[in-house]
Amino acid sequence: MAEASASARALPAYDEDVVRWFALAAIFWGIVGFLVGTFIAFQLAYPWLNLPVEWGTFGRLRPVHTSAVIFAFGGNVLLATSLYVVQRTCRVPLFGGPALAAFLFWGYQLFIVLAASGYVLGITQGREYAEPEWYVDLWLTLVWVVYLVIFLGTILTRRESHIYVANWFYLAFILTIAVLHIFNNLAIPVSFFGAKSYSLFAGVQDALTQWWYGHNAVGFFLTAGFLGIMYYFVPKQAERPVYSYRLSIVHFWALIFLYIWAGPHHLHYTALPDWAQVLGMTFSVMLWMPSWGGMINGLMTLSGAWDKLRWDPVLRFLVVSVAFYGMSTFEGPLMSVRQVNALSHYTDWTVGHVHSGALGWVAFVSFGALYYLVPRLWKADRLYSIRLVEWHFWIATLGIVLYITAMWVSGIMQGLMWRTYDHLGFLQFSFVETVEAMHPFYVVRALGGVLFTAGALIMAYNLWRTMRREVREEEWLPSQLGALRVARPA
Amino acid sequence: MPTKIEKDAVTGTPTTGHEWDGIKELDTPLPKWWVYLFYATILWSVVWWVLYPSWPTLRDHTRGILGHDQRSALEQQLAAARAAQARWLERIAAADTAAIEADPELLAYAVRGGEAAFKDNCAPCHGLGGAGQLSYPSLADDDWLWGGSLGDIETTIRHGIRYASDPETRESRMPAFGAEGLLEPAQIGDVVQYVLSLSGRASDAEAAGRGQTIFVEQCAACHGEDGRGMRETGAPNLTDAIWLYGGEPEQIRAQIERPRHGVMPAWSGRLKDEVIKMVTVYVHNLGGGE
Repeated sequence: MAEASASARALPAYDEDVVRWFALAAIFWGIVGFLVGTFIAFQLAYPWLNLPVEWGTFGRLRPVHTSAVIFAFGGNVLLATSLYVVQRTCRVPLFGGPALAAFLFWGYQLFIVLAASGYVLGITQGREYAEPEWYVDLWLTLVWVVYLVIFLGTILTRRESHIYVANWFYLAFILTIAVLHIFNNLAIPVSFFGAKSYSLFAGVQDALTQWWYGHNAVGFFLTAGFLGIMYYFVPKQAERPVYSYRLSIVHFWALIFLYIWAGPHHLHYTALPDWAQVLGMTFSVMLWMPSWGGMINGLMTLSGAWDKLRWDPVLRFLVVSVAFYGMSTFEGPLMSVRQVNALSHYTDWTVGHVHSGALGWVAFVSFGALYYLVPRLWKADRLYSIRLVEWHFWIATLGIVLYITAMWVSGIMQGLMWRTYDHLGFLQFSFVETVEAMHPFYVVRALGGVLFTAGALIMAYNLWRTMRREVREEEWLPSQLGALRVARPA
Repeated sequence: MPTKIEKDAVTGTPTTGHEWDGIKELDTPLPKWWVYLFYATILWSVVWWVLYPSWPTLRDHTRGILGHDQRSALEQQLAAARAAQARWLERIAAADTAAIEADPELLAYAVRGGEAAFKDNCAPCHGLGGAGQLSYPSLADDDWLWGGSLGDIETTIRHGIRYASDPETRESRMPAFGAEGLLEPAQIGDVVQYVLSLSGRASDAEAAGRGQTIFVEQCAACHGEDGRGMRETGAPNLTDAIWLYGGEPEQIRAQIERPRHGVMPAWSGRLKDEVIKMVTVYVHNLGGGE
């Protein structure tokens, strides 16, 4: 390439401090969330583990787990990767400068601490995945607007003519989460100095607003945002072009148009009117292919690079995450069909479905992104140990398999036991018998959690040594390293 | 930046000509199977919309050509289930528990219905199958505190045990011989040895001898001279291996010093009359019924 052209493409000084902080926060909160999750899994298997203080019980700790993994781990991963990707694909530093970025970081961490401390003290709206009370909601709204300003400002000041697909997904995630967050949390505080508030909506409207929010927290926080991660880190790690630009456009617009209608499938066979149930179900089923568009683009980007999976465990994390994404976005529409939902709803099958998406897709794509980012952000030559990434991969995969198979079996068993009548019209099983029957699967699920957490601890150790720019002696052919080795601009 | 379309060496597909941070995109057309499956899910949805209530209108919503309505479907199912049970429940309502047991068909029905109700209401204390646990008696053996005939069991279920709000509840109270200072600690030790000797487990024959005298004076009125218990007072048999609050010496001692008194709720008014009868018959048929 000619020298003039090279200088024209000279890279600006990107703001990487904030990305480093978000990456560290993601690792920290990830481990907190996995540890709490494993502990509450054991509480379900062995109820005596519910500590004799109210904040040590399952009811208080469960939202700590869900919020820690979704908003603290997932959120920090999304913030770290989006701020990294948007600068590089727009070729400009972050809009608003380092001070605004620092506010975003500390503001978001404060939100996490306010939310979690409220849960253990029993301060909650009782809305799943939107438990924080009004004062935390207001704070998050401010922080989120700053995030939007930084992200959108960076895109508007870009030095590339087109906006890269990853940024479409990130922007859809940021905008939609803002709308969902505001409308689902419309509430009237009881007093100015009190934590308690009451929702602006009542009855079935309230329930529908909550699940419109709840399902799109999955759709836009855990899907659209993480597809943004996938669209940058998969082609980077595979060193291949994205499979289909056309597919990315079509599935992007189809996905964001259809997702927002799917929430009512959480309220099948309730007071929600028939027509809303049917509408929510059909839009959930139509969502199947738009979701799979992302999977196809992720997997097929490897065409010509499949051999790399044999020695690149980071790429393996990314690709297996896309496979899990495909699996759970098939399972989701299936479970949204009313007749299937009649069996699956309120059972562990739902929990298994969520975790095949959360552990397999969200966490694995996050691990892949963190393994890609940390050596580059801390200016190391490569990860401290690639062998340890392999160990992490296999231990975590085994953990997921234990978790989701245990929940499938126990969930379907539970649903079947609930609906079994004898020839005289009596229920065959009482509730307590279904709980007893699920115990062995609860133990297996908790062991799966132990493995998954152990893998994350291995990752934390590996990344910590990488941040210190240490390299473990391991035999790798230079030709096999590929994107595992950090390329330095000459 | 300039657009530069290239041909990908691996797939032979052209790129779109854009590049971001080294990432390019191929201009691959949409996969056919993907497009057709997408159309198929849309078609499937349209079929649902035609058949079922689905789209809101300004004041109402579409009804669907099947005329399906979840609420009335549920009501029909419930009515059918109630109708199927009604003929049985009528017969149970008209019969007493002895008559139910005498009719094999009715007995089979009552045992199943009683089991279902027992598992929801009684099993948390008495265990599945009435197996019992420490402090909650087993209902599957022939060791009855308040009697194991159909009438005894039904009375216990209807009125409970030491259940204050039911005037007909079964009532008895063992004195706190230690806490109220009725017996000296040494005397209690002797009584423990005597009680143990009733099941052949005394370790101090001399103490057991002293304890017998105290037992006859203080305990026999309820537990009987032979220690075999008394159903009028719900006093347990002390000569067998079954212990409500534990049969170890220190557990027996604790019960004499400061006795625990189990409470069972009265189920009259909580469960329907037919259900109480079925639970009675179920418990009576667990193995120890008299």
